[in-house]
Amino acid sequence: MQTDLTKKSKLSFTNPDVRSWTLVAFATAVWIYLYNVIQPFANWLSYGLLAMPQGSHLGEALAFFFYDTPKLLLLLSGMIFAISLFQTFIDTQKVRAMVEKRGEGVGNLMAALFGAITPFCSCSSVPLFIGFVQAGIPLGITFSFLITSPLMNKVAFVLLIGLFGWKVAGLYLLSGVTIGIVSGLILGRMKLERYVEGFVYEMKPSANVEVVEEKLTWSERISRSVDSTKEIVGKVFWFVIIGIGIGAFIHGYVPQDALTGIMGKSAWWSVPASVLVGIPLYSNAAGIIPIVSALIAKGASLGTVLAFMMSVVGLSLPEIIILRRVLKPPLLITFFGVIAVAIILTGYLFNIIL
Amino acid sequence: MLTIKVLGSGCVNCKRLEQIAHKVVDELGIEAQIVKVTEYPDIMKYNVMSTPGLVVNEKVVSAGRIPSEAEITIFLTNALESA
Repeated sequence: MQTDLTKKSKLSFTNPDVRSWTLVAFATAVWIYLYNVIQPFANWLSYGLLAMPQGSHLGEALAFFFYDTPKLLLLLSGMIFAISLFQTFIDTQKVRAMVEKRGEGVGNLMAALFGAITPFCSCSSVPLFIGFVQAGIPLGITFSFLITSPLMNKVAFVLLIGLFGWKVAGLYLLSGVTIGIVSGLILGRMKLERYVEGFVYEMKPSANVEVVEEKLTWSERISRSVDSTKEIVGKVFWFVIIGIGIGAFIHGYVPQDALTGIMGKSAWWSVPASVLVGIPLYSNAAGIIPIVSALIAKGASLGTVLAFMMSVVGLSLPEIIILRRVLKPPLLITFFGVIAVAIILTGYLFNIIL
Repeated sequence: MLTIKVLGSGCVNCKRLEQIAHKVVDELGIEAQIVKVTEYPDIMKYNVMSTPGLVVNEKVVSAGRIPSEAEITIFLTNALESA
């Protein structure tokens, strides 16, 4: 799409790359300013303008809501943009080419890592699965990718940073990739190839199809990232608002430690129970995290909450239905069983070490 | 005449891509046939691993995202020129 004009004017403002980067720099400055005025603004709004008495239930709930809503929306738009920009450099074709030559172990590690960062929607699970198998990539390595890719959700990652901090978000990333590697290794060793639907092995890509190589300019990368940020933030907007609303209510009205008995470390059954509850809640991942952050403040333990969240994003009914097209029931059940067990163990591990 | 194919098993993004393609074809006032390719064996013939994919005259022009109207306009006019 690059015209001759843009090639000539290297550093002038008519160069779309320079123009796009200038806009990004300006937006970053505005972003940083806004991010720093949220707290005083929220306090002024709830305790000043609305004259809530300090420490009252309603005042605390409102201050929580007025602070967290703009903060999370700002974080979401800024970070999703940065992640999307990074993701314009990765696509499934490149990932497949890199994973193709690796054996068990390194292959699983790379597949899990790429699964975490490749832009991917679960509706592409089947084409990806077939594409990997066709390239001769072992089943276990293919699964490592297919496990981490839904488990590592951009929106969930950003919300964790906003509500729990970098450490917890990092733990989420680390445990997701670990679950992908370990589950892929286990599934690979189980020799489950015969439970893959036969047509997968019979299919051959036609050799004469032309794929147009894309050479993107910075301005195109930036404009695409802006588009995908708008789309993602637009999609989760109301879930986040409602989630924060419920979280704010819990924050202000539910007594301290009310949940220690049900979701605390001492309640051993809470980890598997929360994984089970998380399975049908797929589409609402964005709204659930603000709620669980309020639960933590009331005595729920972090391991339980992380397990719950990973179950919400990583184990989903639509994904099971989609994968049934290529996996026969025994393999499908084993696949999701192994992931569920891995998530539960991760939950216990965090409850013990944190 | 152009043959435009939308590759995808029928998810929301595939439907949106199809709508945008229709819109661009109408706006350009060109003759084009828009085909939905929903069966996996047919999708895989194009070696596309992330849907929705867009194919213009048997050339894969995009995969794994919804291109903008402006981009699709360029894809179609390029295909018309080279045809």
